[in-house]
Amino acid sequence: MRAIVAVIVLLACGTAAAQSTAQAVRSKGYVQCGVNTGLAGFSQPDSKGVWRGIDVDVCRAVAAAVLGDASKVRYTPLTAQQRFTALQSGEVDILSRNTTWTLSRDTGLGINFVGTNYYDGQAFMARRKLNVTSAKQLDGATVCVQPGTTTELNLADYFRANGMSFRPVVIEKLEEVLNAYFAGRCDVYTTDQSGLVAVRASRAPNPEEHVILPEVISKEPLGPAVRHGDDQWFDIVKWSLFAMIEAEELGLTSKNVEKQGSSKNPSIQRFVGATGELGKMLGLDNRWALEIVKQVGNYGESFDANLKPLGFERGLNRLWTQGGLLYAPPLR
Amino acid sequence: MKRSAKRAAIQAAVLLAVGAAAWFLVSNTLSNLEARRIASGFSFLQREAGFAIGESPIPYSAADSYLKALVVGLANTFRVSAFGIVLATLIGFAVGLGRLSPNALLRGLCAAYVELFRNTPLLVQLFFWYALITETLPPAREALQPLPGVFLSNRGIFFPLPGSVPVLQGFNFSGGAHLSPEFAALLAGLSIYTASFIAEIVRAGVLSIRRGQREAAQALGLTPAMTTRHVVLPQALRVIVPPLTGTYLDLTKNSSLAVAIGYPDLVSIANTAINQTGQAIEGIAVIMAVYLTISLSISALMNWYNARVLRR
Repeated sequence: MRAIVAVIVLLACGTAAAQSTAQAVRSKGYVQCGVNTGLAGFSQPDSKGVWRGIDVDVCRAVAAAVLGDASKVRYTPLTAQQRFTALQSGEVDILSRNTTWTLSRDTGLGINFVGTNYYDGQAFMARRKLNVTSAKQLDGATVCVQPGTTTELNLADYFRANGMSFRPVVIEKLEEVLNAYFAGRCDVYTTDQSGLVAVRASRAPNPEEHVILPEVISKEPLGPAVRHGDDQWFDIVKWSLFAMIEAEELGLTSKNVEKQGSSKNPSIQRFVGATGELGKMLGLDNRWALEIVKQVGNYGESFDANLKPLGFERGLNRLWTQGGLLYAPPLR
Repeated sequence: MKRSAKRAAIQAAVLLAVGAAAWFLVSNTLSNLEARRIASGFSFLQREAGFAIGESPIPYSAADSYLKALVVGLANTFRVSAFGIVLATLIGFAVGLGRLSPNALLRGLCAAYVELFRNTPLLVQLFFWYALITETLPPAREALQPLPGVFLSNRGIFFPLPGSVPVLQGFNFSGGAHLSPEFAALLAGLSIYTASFIAEIVRAGVLSIRRGQREAAQALGLTPAMTTRHVVLPQALRVIVPPLTGTYLDLTKNSSLAVAIGYPDLVSIANTAINQTGQAIEGIAVIMAVYLTISLSISALMNWYNARVLRR
């Protein structure tokens, strides 16, 4: 129903959107961040109600860069169906909600993806007692899936490409679709591999009863997105993400970054704002990147704190220097 | 003369104001969409939908267009509404007449039915029926077989058709006819909930008939059943039909709660299309136009029927 609200906002709001997002964020004093309604490791409130996860950390990094305080973020939990209208209508400043970057979303929805903070791929989870070892054996299966996702499209593509048939059970709320799978309404549940690992670890009544099938049927680069038409904000969010990746490459962590002002490495000097004007070029304080690493940590720290405890491997999400895909353009 | 001129002027001014407001909303929306570079227009309807749909009365594949997908959704909405209206009417009349029965046990049971189902939210009832089917019935490979060829499992009910018997094949049954748990739960929820309202309407209609009518019928030697059928109901229908139209409209509109339990009705499919294309305004316009058309059609049909009942 948020779609309806967004339509009303689009109908009613004036064209007075002249104020830039960065200015608006500074004057209201916080970043409004659209996150998942609850996906362990990506965005989920902990036992004290504090939002945690690598998607949450992107928003915290932007708050640290723009406002100097990573805690100045307010969260809007969004379902897969609500997320784009929430961003389009200005309800959130950043959409950081394990969202796959695709061409049609980048062009048709009026949004821009700033990069990738998790390289993922779609897979299937099935009950162990079905004795299925490969996704190729799923002909005729009933598949639980959430609507409005690339998952739903990849699923149809995969079965079509392999000449197999299936019956989808499409339910919007994550809790309800998981209930349906765990109750046995479906033979398999499909979503991104990361989602399967998180769900099996945190939601399954008996994690050992479920196997994740080895086939990865799609590329799912998950990343944060912003609205079209505000290039400065686009740059700020993009380079906040890159700063976390670059910090890991430079060996900067939340523990040691403050003592780097006298480093002999010119890249580090530029990064912490001791030399150069990288911050000014973005319209930020020169300590922007230092604040990100100090308050949020580098990419590896964020991964280790949020995803490692759930049993995630770094895999594709290692630095390019270690055989992974994470690669930040030079900060100079 | 002067007064009517004044009235006309006021009406013209109001019309102008409404027109101006509508023009402002439309042009403002279009310029906002343009400024945000959000695609607009209905050309997306011709594009390939790319998603599969769980059940469809007409042939559909993921390679078909969004338009076709929406038609499937509409057909599913029609299917559940039509069966729902028939079932709710049957249960509603039975319960409504039951509440007037001379048998105290039957009266009590019917009253309990009405109070229970009329006073709990429909969404909760839908979750209840859906959970009942998916949580309590066994998996497909251990399906119950109450009658030969009829299989009951958490995949729904499979029953044989002439020349086609359901057979367990791999993950599920194939062949025969099939009622999915989503359809069954939605149909049960909608008809049982709506029937509780219809029961009250029927009771009110019957009570509006003077006692003399019934007594006269008895004096003529008609049995109680014949009295109800030939004397009471035809007269009661004049009172029953107008509010009945309202409950039929409610049932049809309530079928959009299907989204919650995964039955692919019009709203569920339009939501998916909105999300894939980002064209929320067009999608919601389609939903509104379709429900408006369905509701007006049901109203027109029931008005025609009401006129016929009155003429008798």
